[in-house]
Amino acid sequence: MQAAIKKRNLVTAALVAPAAAWLTVFLVLPFIAMLVFAFGERAPEGGYQAAFTFAQFANLPTRAAAFWNTLVLAPVGALLCLLVAYPVAYYLAVRANPRYRLILVSLVVVPFWTSLLVRTYAWMYILGSRGIPNLLAMIGIEDVRMLNTPGAVLLGIVYGYLPLMIMPIYVSLEKLDRRLLEASADLGARPVSTFFGVTLPLSLPGVMTGVALVTILLLGEYLIPQLLGGGKVFFIGNALVDLFLQSRNWPFGSAIAVTLVAVVVVVLMVAMRIAWKVAGTRQVDLV
Amino acid sequence: MRAFISSVYLFLYAPIALVVLFSFNAGRSASEFTGFSTAWYGKALGNTFLVSALQNSLMIAFTSAALAAVFGTMAALGMERLGTRTRAIFDALFAAAIVVPGVVIGIATLVALVAVFSFVNPALATLWPGDQPPQLGLGYGSIIAAHGLFSMALVTMIVKARIASLGRDIVEASSDLYATPLTTFRLIVLPQILPSILAGFLLAFTFSFDDFIIAFFVAGSKTTLPIYVFASIRRGVTPEINAIATLVLVASLLLILTARLLMREKKSKSGE
Repeated sequence: MQAAIKKRNLVTAALVAPAAAWLTVFLVLPFIAMLVFAFGERAPEGGYQAAFTFAQFANLPTRAAAFWNTLVLAPVGALLCLLVAYPVAYYLAVRANPRYRLILVSLVVVPFWTSLLVRTYAWMYILGSRGIPNLLAMIGIEDVRMLNTPGAVLLGIVYGYLPLMIMPIYVSLEKLDRRLLEASADLGARPVSTFFGVTLPLSLPGVMTGVALVTILLLGEYLIPQLLGGGKVFFIGNALVDLFLQSRNWPFGSAIAVTLVAVVVVVLMVAMRIAWKVAGTRQVDLV
Repeated sequence: MRAFISSVYLFLYAPIALVVLFSFNAGRSASEFTGFSTAWYGKALGNTFLVSALQNSLMIAFTSAALAAVFGTMAALGMERLGTRTRAIFDALFAAAIVVPGVVIGIATLVALVAVFSFVNPALATLWPGDQPPQLGLGYGSIIAAHGLFSMALVTMIVKARIASLGRDIVEASSDLYATPLTTFRLIVLPQILPSILAGFLLAFTFSFDDFIIAFFVAGSKTTLPIYVFASIRRGVTPEINAIATLVLVASLLLILTARLLMREKKSKSGE
């Protein structure tokens, strides 16, 4: 018996060992290293020099613009996404012909798994000087600048993250018990009050999941502001790339990255607290 | 309502369609179609930098996804057997691997690897018997490691969900009939989780193939396809990039559609 238990434990350990090693070496250790760097100093030739100082964190206000842009545009982008996503999710879950539902849902998910770089490039192409502004110039409206504006970045955000917002809302609406809607109608509620009294509250977990997911991913966004904001509208991610790959101020970059992770954790905790309050948590099918 | 939904679908697909359309444009314009031509594809495929970046990307995506599929599946199977507390640690670490922004993963990996190399390389140099000691550096290995982290979390999540939906009864029936655990795994469990493993592999492959930001930090002097595309975009928008973008789109489309088919089959079989 003892031997059997020992053997079972050995098998379990062998099964999880590679993943445990990978998580330790490429997740836990890098985080510790980043934390150590964040309290260090920049070496004169760039990179890292050992020290223990809070100077890097004290320096954070010099990148206030990046934090400001990110902390404003990420939630605003997520909410815009929500405004577009909710009707689509509602249609797919409640109204769509079941025969075509699968295809319609697939058509929403597929873009999420195709290159964000290419999809963002598409808008760079459309909003760029040879795209819409060029067409506008042909009909006499000259000098319209669309690229490198906050609007372009928000457009890119909605475009890039719409699928990720639609899916969790769709899942929560799909699970909704139709009999509740019928009961509400039988009791004389108009469709509008059924929606606000029954459907919307029951889909809130999906809405929360979607908003939290998209906001968190946006906090670390780099490509969209880089390509559509063109250095004028920049996020924390852009500041990080600049600090690590251009000015090679690794300790300061690490301090910003650590702060970014802290922001993500706070957003996640707030979202989870609200989700618990709203209803039980639900599984989200991302694929 | 209908009109709104249609316009959202148009919004999702029109920009992509436009990129594809203008990849066949004879001229350089983004707004005027001057004639059909596949010249830009010829130009793109004749570009040796591009082709080698593509080869790198395929190799990295395949290796990281294969490692993730094997180790992730093992982890999903092993985690079932762990105690609650250890399992919670694994769950938290896998969740972190998925939730932490790619830009931070890239930075953390870069910082840690460079720190490790700065110790290991001098040590190697003194211990090495020959004249030219090997130098560890950033490159394929570091990209595979960083991509493998996210991919493994992804595979584990997908396979774990599948295992959770598996009936305990058939596994018990199998062992009641004196099948060894290994036989039960081979004949009962594996066939049932295989589609999700494959789907996980394909999604991991797609993720790695499309990832820009992590590779950007840890690639060292190596170039992947997204890094190449990004650099070309910075040099200026041309129809050649449209052609490359179209090829990338087609590749990831095929991968994701196969993955979805595999997941679908799983769902219909289990009667969900």
